[in-house]
Amino acid sequence: MAHVRERALAWLHRRPEAQAWSLLAPGGVWLLLFFLVPIVIMLVYSVMPRGIYGGVEPGFTLEHYRRFFDPLYLDILQRTFLWAVLCTLICLLLGYPVAYVIARGGRWKNLLLFLVVLPFWTSFLVRTFAMIFLMRDTGLINNWLLKLGLIQEPITMLYTPFAVMTGLVYGFLPFMILPIYASLEKLDLSLLEAAEVLGARPGARFRKVTLPLSMPGVVAGCLLVFIPALGSFLTSDLLGGAKQLMIGNLVQNQFSAARNWPFGSAASFIVMALVLASVMVYLRVRDRAPGGH
Amino acid sequence: MATPAPHNNIPVVQFSRVSKTFGDFRAVDNISFEIHRGEFFSMLGPSGCGKTTTLRLLAGFEEPDEDGGEVRLLGEMVNKKRPYERQISMVFQNYALFPHLSVERNVSFGLEQRKTPKGEIGERVRRALGMVRLKPEQFAQRMPAQLSGGQRQRVALARALVLEPTILLLDEPLGAIDLKLRKEMQLELKTLNKQLGITFVYVTHDQEEALTMSDRIAVMDHARVAQLGTPAEIYEHPRTGFVAKFIGESNFFEGRADARNGGHWTVRRADGGVFHVVDHPSLAPGKQVRISIRPECMDVWKPDAVPPGENAVEGTIRDVIYLGETMHLIVTLPGNEEVTIAVRNEGQLIKPLPWKRGDTAAVAWLPEDCQILEDD
Repeated sequence: MAHVRERALAWLHRRPEAQAWSLLAPGGVWLLLFFLVPIVIMLVYSVMPRGIYGGVEPGFTLEHYRRFFDPLYLDILQRTFLWAVLCTLICLLLGYPVAYVIARGGRWKNLLLFLVVLPFWTSFLVRTFAMIFLMRDTGLINNWLLKLGLIQEPITMLYTPFAVMTGLVYGFLPFMILPIYASLEKLDLSLLEAAEVLGARPGARFRKVTLPLSMPGVVAGCLLVFIPALGSFLTSDLLGGAKQLMIGNLVQNQFSAARNWPFGSAASFIVMALVLASVMVYLRVRDRAPGGH
Repeated sequence: MATPAPHNNIPVVQFSRVSKTFGDFRAVDNISFEIHRGEFFSMLGPSGCGKTTTLRLLAGFEEPDEDGGEVRLLGEMVNKKRPYERQISMVFQNYALFPHLSVERNVSFGLEQRKTPKGEIGERVRRALGMVRLKPEQFAQRMPAQLSGGQRQRVALARALVLEPTILLLDEPLGAIDLKLRKEMQLELKTLNKQLGITFVYVTHDQEEALTMSDRIAVMDHARVAQLGTPAEIYEHPRTGFVAKFIGESNFFEGRADARNGGHWTVRRADGGVFHVVDHPSLAPGKQVRISIRPECMDVWKPDAVPPGENAVEGTIRDVIYLGETMHLIVTLPGNEEVTIAVRNEGQLIKPLPWKRGDTAAVAWLPEDCQILEDD
């Protein structure tokens, strides 16, 4: 047995490419099986006629893609995009200062990081339900405001775009904070001192040195927020009610209640294509921006 | 940067009783000195001696303690002024070039921040790159990552010089480049200092570097200035044992002052031997005396051939070391003290030293070459 093991190791040692493959294989097989295969299945489904009780019938049709360009769906798509962009911007505005403070946090750094990650210890579903209790008309926020006499009537928050946006930002904020923190943490402090000695006041120092050098983190954070925000359905479902549908809700609906798998698949593919396109545009713009890498 | 103040007689830098404390650690303890216009001033000392903190106080990265004295630039008190409000420029130890900006943009950074007219910037950047001997057409568009250590060093220097500052601070800027290039840069820095008339304040732990370039050196130890003077003063008249040891090599002797005899004092060593030193105001009968003598001021003789008038102690040759230009003789004295004597090498193949390991010899030196040391 030991003999076999040694020979196998010796064989690997002589072949670096085989070594790389053997390291790639386990994860690669996993992704192949559970990511690539379903995607291919979805692609096939999206061009097949719909089965009456779910599933598909044999045949080929582009009907589902055509159907998506109905104003009803385009509206949802537009809203989803707008919200995902808005959510990304709000996360950036809220997250950057937090990441900045943590990166300069000295001995509090680890505690602050821990607090950022802490929400992940409970399920996102539970946390979103908790937000319902906070935001509904008889919820905690309205109760407090009423008791303090700041308002006479409860403010309707739940099932509004505000509630959805609050939920989205809350859910994705850590994904913005962590990569920005990582890039700020690496920032060489002597660069900031150099900027200062060269005459840069704090504002200019931030714009010319800190921000450009933390751009990799900003880019990563924006992608990590924008992409899942675009596909999210839980938040809009629970906090937005039926009025605030996002594209994720549409897809989910097609696969469950509506039992229209081909249309759901087609919608998914259109969203995927749009995500890909917008990410590429974004990266292109960033690369051309002055001061970028 | 603003034009230099008109009062040319005001020291460019004045530290008056400046202290800086971090928590319990006193990094700079009540130091005072002045730096004059155009001077090449070095702060020299081992790590932790306070030289870097002193430089940072000068740059404005640190503020003196409350009641921690005054830092003045061109006569103006600047304790609370931020670096961007001071007429200084700085070269950092690791160069601190902006990795996201080209060489040209690195050098123009300070000019842009200080609102230099656009039309002027290009020409000044080219001139600054020329000053540090980097061809603008070859290097202007490169990124810092595409430069060698020596080239980065030059860009950092150009970035600081382009501002035509009154004072240029340099924080061990040559530490990271190889010896040959370092020697070259030392001479270049000295030349730039004299050519441009900019006051250089240079921090280093390398005594040779400080001796090579400086007009004056502040030797620092334990958060204080141990001695301030020209390289020759520091080397030839070290004030304390620390200075004598830190700069160059020294041999030490101790004893008790006995009596004055004409222009000389007799000092009695613990083992009963005596040596003579030149009269010095600090001497009094019975006073403990510590002296240092440079290796090149001592000689080795056959015990019966010591010239009259010289101090001599008998010992055994422990080692003969070949150093090329000089020869070092290590001699063990009674009581196991060791002294080092440097002798000019006149060619060991033609005229070899008449000494070998184990020989008995007398080490001798003139009373005039003894440096009487103060306590550290």
